[in-house]
Amino acid sequence: MSIWEFANPARFMKLSGRVLPFAAVLAGLCLGVGLGWGFFLTPDDYQQGSTVKIIYIHVPAATMAINIYGMMGVMSLIWLIRRHHVSALAGRAAAPIGAVMTLIALITGALWGAPMWGTPWEWDPRLTSFLILFLFYVGYIALWEAIDDPDAASDLTAVLCLVGSVFAIVSRYAVLFWNQGLHQGATLSMDAEENISDVFWQPLVITMAGFFFLFLALLLLRTRTGIRRRRIRALRMAAHASAEAAEPGAVEGGAAHG
Amino acid sequence: MADLWPDLGKYTFAVLSSYGVGLGGILGLIAWSMRANAKTRAELDALEKRGGPRR
Repeated sequence: MSIWEFANPARFMKLSGRVLPFAAVLAGLCLGVGLGWGFFLTPDDYQQGSTVKIIYIHVPAATMAINIYGMMGVMSLIWLIRRHHVSALAGRAAAPIGAVMTLIALITGALWGAPMWGTPWEWDPRLTSFLILFLFYVGYIALWEAIDDPDAASDLTAVLCLVGSVFAIVSRYAVLFWNQGLHQGATLSMDAEENISDVFWQPLVITMAGFFFLFLALLLLRTRTGIRRRRIRALRMAAHASAEAAEPGAVEGGAAHG
Repeated sequence: MADLWPDLGKYTFAVLSSYGVGLGGILGLIAWSMRANAKTRAELDALEKRGGPRR
């Protein structure tokens, strides 16, 4: 069986209907345990005090913001190369989730930065690239909403998404490219010497898993909604065409919208 | 519960606001997505019941 078979909307609906409840339960469990552990049971940091607890919201949201954009880039490429509608709908479904994650990362970063840096905002490479990433998310969503024809919208948003992928990469690696910014280096590293202490790391990893499963559940749910919307549009167009054929000139506009 | 509640000291506003923003964003996304899904599903069911082609 090929993975491309799941690009068939009927197959996708069947598979996603089975996976969605598991993803939702795993998201609830991981978020409950990770956030509860992080907030109630971890100690204060010796330098940052209790603000270190913000890490359990800020870091998973920021990680998801970048990774969701990467996933949208892959979906855009699949659309442009193979013209699978489900991939375009999945990209569209992911965008608002990514935008909210980026906004959460920006706001919690400002709330964390104010007491630690003495300012909630600085034109630091990572902060600036994240703001641009957020604007790309907003532009992508706006472009989808602005174009009626789904295929034309899929084409244009896919190109916009691929252009914005540069900023997703810059956001990911900004702390490594430039050292002059206020933002610290990567929180999680493969190098144990650079990693944060286990006492913070363990609940953080569980919370990050929770954010991932939450994204998966929301992505499946929203893509299913997108497929149904497309079906509604097709049904309305078919009804409009048969009414027009039965009585030419009697039906005017409107039916193509869905 | 009161014993478990951490002493956030002078950073109470920053920490609680961050959790409020994070959880509010997550719950908002869930509510919005579920509402849109329920609405679309009901609309499609109504259209298909009216005699549209079935898949």
